[in-house]
Amino acid sequence: MSLRESLRVAMQALRANRLRSALTTLGVLIGVMSVVLLVAIGQGARSEITGAIEGLGSNLLFVLPGDGEFGAGPQRSSFEVDDVERIDRALPGGEGRAAGYVIGAEAVQAEGNRFNATVFGITEHYLGVVDRTIARGQSLSPSDVATGRRVAVLGASSAETLFPGQDPIGRTVSLGAIRYRVVGVLERVGTTAFGPDVDRQVLIPVGAAQRLFGSTRVDAIFVRAESTVGIEADREAARAALAERLDEEEFSVVSQDEIIGVVGDILQILTWVLAAIAGISLLVGGVGVSNIMLVSVSERTREIGLRKALGARTRDITRQFLFEAVALTGLGGAVGLALGIVLAEVVAAFAPVPAEITWWSIALALGVSVLVGLVFGVLPARRAGQLDPVTALRHE
Amino acid sequence: MSGPAGRAPAPLLTAEEVTRVYTLGRDNQVHALRGVSFAVDRGEHVAIVGSSGSGKSTLLNLLGALDRPTSGHVRYDGRDVRDMDDAELAQLRNGSIGFVFQSFQLLPRITALDNVILPLVYRPGSPRERRERARTALEQVGLDDRVTHRPGELSGGQQQRVAIARALVTEPALLLADEPTGNLDTRTGEEIMVLLEELHRERATALVVITHDEEVAARAKRRIELRDGLIVTETAA
Ligand SMILES: Nc1ncnc2c1ncn2[C@@H]1O[C@H](COP(=O)(O)OP(=O)(O)OP(=O)(O)O)[C@@H](O)[C@H]1O
Ligand SMILES: [Mg+2]
Repeated sequence: MSLRESLRVAMQALRANRLRSALTTLGVLIGVMSVVLLVAIGQGARSEITGAIEGLGSNLLFVLPGDGEFGAGPQRSSFEVDDVERIDRALPGGEGRAAGYVIGAEAVQAEGNRFNATVFGITEHYLGVVDRTIARGQSLSPSDVATGRRVAVLGASSAETLFPGQDPIGRTVSLGAIRYRVVGVLERVGTTAFGPDVDRQVLIPVGAAQRLFGSTRVDAIFVRAESTVGIEADREAARAALAERLDEEEFSVVSQDEIIGVVGDILQILTWVLAAIAGISLLVGGVGVSNIMLVSVSERTREIGLRKALGARTRDITRQFLFEAVALTGLGGAVGLALGIVLAEVVAAFAPVPAEITWWSIALALGVSVLVGLVFGVLPARRAGQLDPVTALRHE
Repeated sequence: MSGPAGRAPAPLLTAEEVTRVYTLGRDNQVHALRGVSFAVDRGEHVAIVGSSGSGKSTLLNLLGALDRPTSGHVRYDGRDVRDMDDAELAQLRNGSIGFVFQSFQLLPRITALDNVILPLVYRPGSPRERRERARTALEQVGLDDRVTHRPGELSGGQQQRVAIARALVTEPALLLADEPTGNLDTRTGEEIMVLLEELHRERATALVVITHDEEVAARAKRRIELRDGLIVTETAA
């Protein structure tokens, strides 16, 4: 019996039992659909988050508290404003490439409008280092920062919320009981699904923020390297400068690439976990196929006996039932794949979570569904092939 | 037995001291056949009769290479069925034997035409060729106007005709019919027998018919009677 003929007979049998075939396929269909969808979401989240980190600007070094061992809890920062200047001075080339900040959440209000803002206390070069530009008014001046003057620069959304339809420059905002004069508004960055909404920031001089939060520390320090080539020299300079005052365990200097690498790896693992969970439903679908194929074999015992009497070999029968199983799961895989892609598009359109279809999830989904058919079809198919024709023909 | 003067043609099929024991439990054995020997020549018409349980169907299954004897030999063209593997048995059934069963054994979900095509699927050929041959076979049994009917839409006699078309579409050397008229009324049964005999004559196909019905048996050239797994009488008409 030719392969084509086996396939035709298998399809004929599946068509003869449309509802049952459809329901059996459903298990695999849902399994493949969830694999494709969850992997798409996982991949989408991954590129979104790494993109958000990349959006900080390239060639960025992060000076962070702690020894940089991944998995250690968040560390208390030992950095002070002096450390930012120490690093800046130590960097080769001109100054103004290092900036520090202290971060906190505070209710901000102006003329009856209020919301909870992310308040950044920043050092002099912060905006330049993280690549933000002023849309209106001006930045915090060196003397603003040096004296901890009560002035503020607003993110684009902050400005709109607090002063809808008005020019905020020169107006006053309150953080807690303290009032600040608005000197500038930042260019809009736009939202991302993950990470903070940087347009809802309120930026004030680091000294003012330390007073507000009751802190003497700087949470982290950024260094902008002049080029990719200079990054290692900068890292070494920053490390050496800080080592004068702090223990090696108290800080680490990591590049943007390293952070993206670590975060990307975590999210990749997350994606695989999602795929594995979805894979379990595929497995359950496979068991369902096996079960229904066994029912089908016992129902069609007489047919099998007849086919053998008419000249079918054991392997012809086995192949016929194996093809049926694979056709069921393959069909479920193909439809599940299509539905998974459509759903991923829907999710991408309506949810903040992006979804990204990858070629490997498609190949995996189809490959695995065919494999599931083979694996779970073998037992029923062998049972069918080995039926004794005389007994099978007498079967009621 | 060949006479001393010249060789008789080798028989199509021989059974030599064939026994078949069904083992149901430790001490529960059914001796369905106890040593049966006979030969069927090409183009011969043989009736096998006997009361219920005498071993007729058991014998037919052995002659049809659907089963192997417990001891003894069934040979086709001199080749022992016992020595054939699964693929060779399948080829023998497909190429040389046509079955007609008492219960028709048609697949209910496919058309008459597809039922007739069934044995052709297990041999080389294009789908078109198969359809053509199956159509011709259905014409020969007088069912050219029932090609797309499913078995459930046909009368018992028509269903048996489809089964006969399926048996003859492979042009077998031997037609084995187990109570082909058993599920039909006398008139329809007679028509079916006439049809089988016609095919047997026209194509020189050997025809072995198992029957309860002495009238059916009387139509054959030779009559073999079984009782309790043994041949009790063998008469030529
Ligand atoms: N698969 C089997 N397992 C056990 N015993 C069997 C089996 N098939 C047949 N027998 C026994 O073998 C004996 C002969 O059965 P067989 O079917 O050959 O009779 P038969 O002559 O065809 O009868 P009928 O005219 O009723 O069809 C019976 O006693 C039957 O019970
Ligand atoms: Mg019988």
